[in-house]
Amino acid sequence: MTNFDPALVDWSRAQFALTAIYHWFFVPLTLGLSFIVAFMESIYVKTGNEEWKRITKFWMTLFGINFAIGVATGIILEFEFGTNWSNYSWFVGDIFGAPLAVEGIMAFFIESTFVAVMFIGWNKVSKKFHLASTWLTAIGANLSALWILVANSWMQYPVGVHFNPDTARNEMSNFWEVLFSPVAINKFLHTVSSGYVLAAVFVIGISSWFLLKNRQIRLAKMSMVVAAVFGLVMSVFIILTGDHSAKLMAKYQPMKFAAMENVYEGQSKAPLVVIGLFQGKNETTGKEEFAAKLEIQNFLSSMAFMDANAFVPGIKDIIEGNAEHNIMPTSERIAKGKLAMDALKGYGEAKKTNDTEKMAQSAKVLEENYRHLGYGSLSAPTDIIPPVKLTFYSFRTMVFLGFWFVLLFVLALIYLMKNKIDHKKWFLRAALISIPLAYLATQLGWVVTEVGRQPWVIQDLMSVATGVSHINTGSVITTFFIFLVVFTVLLIAEVKIMVKQIGLGFKDGGNE
Amino acid sequence: MFETLSHTALQHYWWILVSLLGAILVFLLFVQGGQSLIYQIGKTADSRKLILNTVGSKWEFTFTTLVTFGGAFFASFPLFYSTSFSGAYWVWFIILFAFVVQAVSYEFRSKPENFLGTKTFDAFLFVNGLLGTILLGAAVSTFFTGSNFTIDSQRHSEWTMATRGLEAALNIQNLSLGLAVFFLSRVLAILYFFNTISNEEVITSSRKHLLYNAAPFVVFFLMFVGFLIFSEGFAVDPVTGNVSMEPYKYLHNLIQMPLVAVLFLAGVVLVLAGIIMPVLSFDKWRDKAIWMAGVGTVLTVFSLFLVAGFNNTAFYPSVADLQSSLTIANSSSSHYTLTAMSYVSLFIPFVLAYIVFAWRAINNKKADVKDLENEHVY
Ligand code: HEM
Repeated sequence: MTNFDPALVDWSRAQFALTAIYHWFFVPLTLGLSFIVAFMESIYVKTGNEEWKRITKFWMTLFGINFAIGVATGIILEFEFGTNWSNYSWFVGDIFGAPLAVEGIMAFFIESTFVAVMFIGWNKVSKKFHLASTWLTAIGANLSALWILVANSWMQYPVGVHFNPDTARNEMSNFWEVLFSPVAINKFLHTVSSGYVLAAVFVIGISSWFLLKNRQIRLAKMSMVVAAVFGLVMSVFIILTGDHSAKLMAKYQPMKFAAMENVYEGQSKAPLVVIGLFQGKNETTGKEEFAAKLEIQNFLSSMAFMDANAFVPGIKDIIEGNAEHNIMPTSERIAKGKLAMDALKGYGEAKKTNDTEKMAQSAKVLEENYRHLGYGSLSAPTDIIPPVKLTFYSFRTMVFLGFWFVLLFVLALIYLMKNKIDHKKWFLRAALISIPLAYLATQLGWVVTEVGRQPWVIQDLMSVATGVSHINTGSVITTFFIFLVVFTVLLIAEVKIMVKQIGLGFKDGGNE
Repeated sequence: MFETLSHTALQHYWWILVSLLGAILVFLLFVQGGQSLIYQIGKTADSRKLILNTVGSKWEFTFTTLVTFGGAFFASFPLFYSTSFSGAYWVWFIILFAFVVQAVSYEFRSKPENFLGTKTFDAFLFVNGLLGTILLGAAVSTFFTGSNFTIDSQRHSEWTMATRGLEAALNIQNLSLGLAVFFLSRVLAILYFFNTISNEEVITSSRKHLLYNAAPFVVFFLMFVGFLIFSEGFAVDPVTGNVSMEPYKYLHNLIQMPLVAVLFLAGVVLVLAGIIMPVLSFDKWRDKAIWMAGVGTVLTVFSLFLVAGFNNTAFYPSVADLQSSLTIANSSSSHYTLTAMSYVSLFIPFVLAYIVFAWRAINNKKADVKDLENEHVY
């Protein structure tokens, strides 16, 4: 690897983070609201009640505004792997291809074809056809999230491949293993359900605003019922899948897990820190000390491994190694990683001179040490520690909000059933404030996932510094700021339009 | 069944699919063409709205085809994706920005409180129509003229020009294809208006602008074809994989692949006929012209892609280091992956069928301004 500007890695990451965060401002609402309008329209078609049509159209308009900007920000991400992470793209290109092809053919076109019918077709196609289009849009939109999540999961837990030294890349050996890896399934479910929860909170929050303003009470309440039922089911589901995410993380990404829970020295019967306040870093050991914390004994071991006696490895065990628990010191992995890198290079050289003996030898060394390949590019064992505080706090905030949303949906249903919701001003206000909180929760989820796995772009196999494209840093800084300005302007435009449309309320008659 | 095919056969199959997607994409750029005509044909607010709504109902589709084209390229020829997108960084980013602003403009342009104002969103649509077409055309032309990069044994690429792809715009051949695509997109848009709009004012103006755009299209297209036929091309030795320059390579490709030559000629004739017939006899041809020119466009572009990639030709040549040039053989995904993807490709006819079905359902009669009142308007 040639030497290059370390700022390049930071700016490339900043740009990816910026565009991903912006994209993720819009996607969850698309994922969830598409189903909510599909439910609403189904009720309309079933009952023939025109009020449900007005409700459907109102939320559909908001869906459309949000959808457009989700599409706009999404195209960037698809191409950004190539533009800014070209070495990574080659290394993994053979794996992402197949799920991407499935998705392009199966999902993208369903979504874009039927979204047009959904918007333009009210007076042109039959009720049933229109309803089918709305459902297909929702299904297409959700399937469109599959590829990228499978890809992301593979980066956290690479399976179903072998490394081919001739092409210097990972090649797929089992499509189903990639697609149905336990991490992929769970990540897909957790992520799309975060969209469902967010959309349900959105609908309840906006409807609460109508109630607070004493406008269109009936339609607002009808909307709330649909959202609260959907939201309640999904908020329970999100906790279940979230818990499973943490278990998978403990198994496959122990360093991320140790950082997220701030476990420095590993132990059996590990306690779970429910809330903690950091004091500062111990400069010699790098350990983050708590100033205050609230713990539940043994709970971390039970949560992560379903066994209160289980050993939870800490940051120190992973860095220094722990023979008793069979953990190899990171310095040893670095040495093995360097062997793998040299062998790969040696293989390439031997191939040029057609030295088959050396090729076979290099291939063998490479194969033996391949799972440490990424370590070869690190300079110190501590390079593998991700930012602890950010991961720790982000995780706890997401989880607390998750429990709050359950409560929110339960209360909404109770008050709706007792027909008291109009008088619960505090609740209506809390529901409105929960909208930004839902956005916060989903963004923080990604912070845990992505910050927590630093420095890896592919767990153990490739670091961010190895994966980046060699572009002059100035170009990346320039595009970063162009993105910042363009996306911010578009965000302002969309929020203004959205607020205005909400203010216009549920319209009379059949049209928007 | 696909697993029994050779790697080479699968590479050819996927090059055909990618080429077909690229060809359909160029046809669908009529949406961009319509957008770049808003200041000329859409003189009044109403006619502009009418134009934007007729092409607007298809913008998603063009956009999705672009995304799928990019995705299919990544999936089947990942080395092209990793080399070109990072290398020609600025070209791709400008194209992407041009499409980012498009996606929001339709939905936002006529909504109240839209922050930037309708005029700005319309300007975004115009810019998308202008840059999106010219740069995509120029980028495809580099398949024949070459780019500046090197690739090492681990497939890491370096671009050798600080201008990061923008240098391609200085090559006349690239520019001529870019401009040809731009004017073609406008011609197709006009033919599409004939087919879908009933408003007299828009149609009269469109008829006038047909020739203004068809003439430069023909000139630039012929320029490009002239360069193509008489230039050297990047030939690959099928045994050693060695790349060398061969005089008249692309002409040879047409001669050595007669079927491709026939497709190419048929495509060009159909496009020209699609332009000329409605001029000669408007009422008879107004509905059919877009289909003729559309099929013609698809055939022409498809055959050009085949000329670029088939018959031992490097489809993404490097002028900085000939041996770094990309061929469909050295840049493709593995046999396993191409096989898996090929199974998925069997769904394509099914996808096409539901698209046609859905479009028929919503596009059943010609539109005029008054029809917009009861619709989802952009
Ligand atoms: C309430 C209990 C919850 C638990 C135990 C939980 C757990 C987790 C864990 C462990 C991860 C990291 C997975 C990884 O690194 O691979 C994660 C990611 C994520 N979480 Fe949560 N979460 C909860 C609630 C929520 C809520 C309420 C939302 C949003 C409304 C949310 C949205 C996300 C998102 C978007 C991600 C990133 C995608 C992913 O990696 O799955 N989570 N969650």
